[in-house]
Amino acid sequence: MADDGVFHRMMTRRRLLAAASAAAAGAALSRPAWAQSMIDLPLPDGPGARQITTSFPQKGPMILQRTRPPLLETPFEVFDKGVFTPNNQFYVRWHWALIPTDIDTDKFALTVRGHVNQTLSLSLNDILHGLPSVQLSAVNQCSGNSRGFFQPRVPGGEWANGAMGNALWTGVRLKDVLDKAGVKPGAVQVRFKGLEEPVVADAPHFVKSLDIDHARDGEVMIAFAMNGEQLPLLNGFPLRLIVPGWYATYWVKMLNDIEVLNQPDTNYWTKVAYTIPDTPYASIKPGEAGVKMIPINRMVPRSFVTNMASGSKVNAAAPLRGIAFGGDCGVAGVDYSIDRGQSWRQAQLGKDEGKYGFRQWQTQLALPAPGKYSLLIRCTNSNGVAQPDTPNWNPAGFMRNVVESIDIIAA
Amino acid sequence: MFLNLLPVLVVLCVASTPLAARAATTFELKSVKIDLPDSDRMFPEGPGSDAINNNCLACHSAGMVLNQPALSKQAWTAEVNKMINNYKAPVAPEDVGTIVDYLTALKGAK
Ligand code: HEC
Repeated sequence: MADDGVFHRMMTRRRLLAAASAAAAGAALSRPAWAQSMIDLPLPDGPGARQITTSFPQKGPMILQRTRPPLLETPFEVFDKGVFTPNNQFYVRWHWALIPTDIDTDKFALTVRGHVNQTLSLSLNDILHGLPSVQLSAVNQCSGNSRGFFQPRVPGGEWANGAMGNALWTGVRLKDVLDKAGVKPGAVQVRFKGLEEPVVADAPHFVKSLDIDHARDGEVMIAFAMNGEQLPLLNGFPLRLIVPGWYATYWVKMLNDIEVLNQPDTNYWTKVAYTIPDTPYASIKPGEAGVKMIPINRMVPRSFVTNMASGSKVNAAAPLRGIAFGGDCGVAGVDYSIDRGQSWRQAQLGKDEGKYGFRQWQTQLALPAPGKYSLLIRCTNSNGVAQPDTPNWNPAGFMRNVVESIDIIAA
Repeated sequence: MFLNLLPVLVVLCVASTPLAARAATTFELKSVKIDLPDSDRMFPEGPGSDAINNNCLACHSAGMVLNQPALSKQAWTAEVNKMINNYKAPVAPEDVGTIVDYLTALKGAK
């Protein structure tokens, strides 16, 4: 990584880490020392201070948003290292705290039931070895990724931009599993449930539903591997639903129950939580009432610079690079502007790893004179949808995808 | 860096077609047993801290609340009621006002 590519904020962290490991060398107590390193997320009006934690099993250094149930954010510099997000730094997001921590692969079973010809109880062996395997790279992004940047601020997980990741998922098609059970005529939706349990008995279990045609589109899959390895438990081991192009709320973790419904699902997590205004960019004015709400669904395009942070001093001819994704389709182009959007230039796209994944992009800056610049980055997806230049707003803090900007100083 | 992680199975990566059907895999899963860290963080002491400590730590650790931005009293009231109505938080009715006042004092919008 070039000098100007080192994150300003991470340098603080590095110093802390260096101090921590020096202390640890003396005391042989590395964990408590690590646990004290902090990051300051630039959330408007704060609080932005978060611990960098290494206390979670199968996970490397993560931004601690909440310990129980875990909300762990990917430190942003990870996205500069490759197009796939490593499993041990892939973000983590759970709703309820009763998460099984002991999964016996011989005992685990996935049930398929409801409006089907025959109820199935599939072992992991049945799934891994009894059905054709498929692969796909896809972005998994929390509906509320970047919520902490909403203004006015809204309650929820106060993420910066790291509640997303891209992985190569290996698994079986949901369609093949449903066909094995035999969906009866009249089915309208399919509901998915994992092993996580609410802490209070009568509270709503976390379940999500997809329309039957979507569930059977041949793309929705049940993954048993992520980047070629079994999923970390906190990312949904042993099975996770993969819904390419849709927000992660549908990607049910530790999936063990599939129910085919013959009427629309009215459960809390589909009907009430995770709904967005049925307006362009899911955007409304703060306080606006009486807006029709619909379940969140397809993702929208986004793009980020990964090798410079806002406030960096850079070379006039510094390399600029980052990642983009189209949302529910591929990336058609990534453009950048050094003059606040008056003119745009095309960045060069990296290898296409599949339309639902991250796409790397790069260019060489040619800043005409020393001084301050505000860089804008904009992705246009293959459906012709571009990132908007004003931020959206809704009360849940969902679907942020405004054109990102970073301030840099040319030397 | 990514490639180092891959067993033989995934070497034939797929670019243009989203899904490639292949024969059933030789991949195997291994049982997992882990311990998750817990948090013993409490709310900062002050009027109402007992009420919030008693009512708001069952389902999520204090970080959920302490990382929130400043919100209006109305927004905090809505949050506490959401916990009770939507998530079935067992909060005694007489504690609701105390908790809302505590949150507004700690994290009230200016
Ligand atoms: C019965 C379980 C339960 C209890 C008790 C509980 N909560 Fe929650 N709380 C939840 C759930 C479930 C969520 C949403 C889950 C998530 O986003 O991870 C949540 C989320 C939140 C959020 C984030 C914003 C949001 O609306 O999602 C805040 C703030 C919050 N709770 C505050 C409180 C306060 C204050 C109390 C005490 C009055 C409390 N909670 C007690 C279950 C509970």
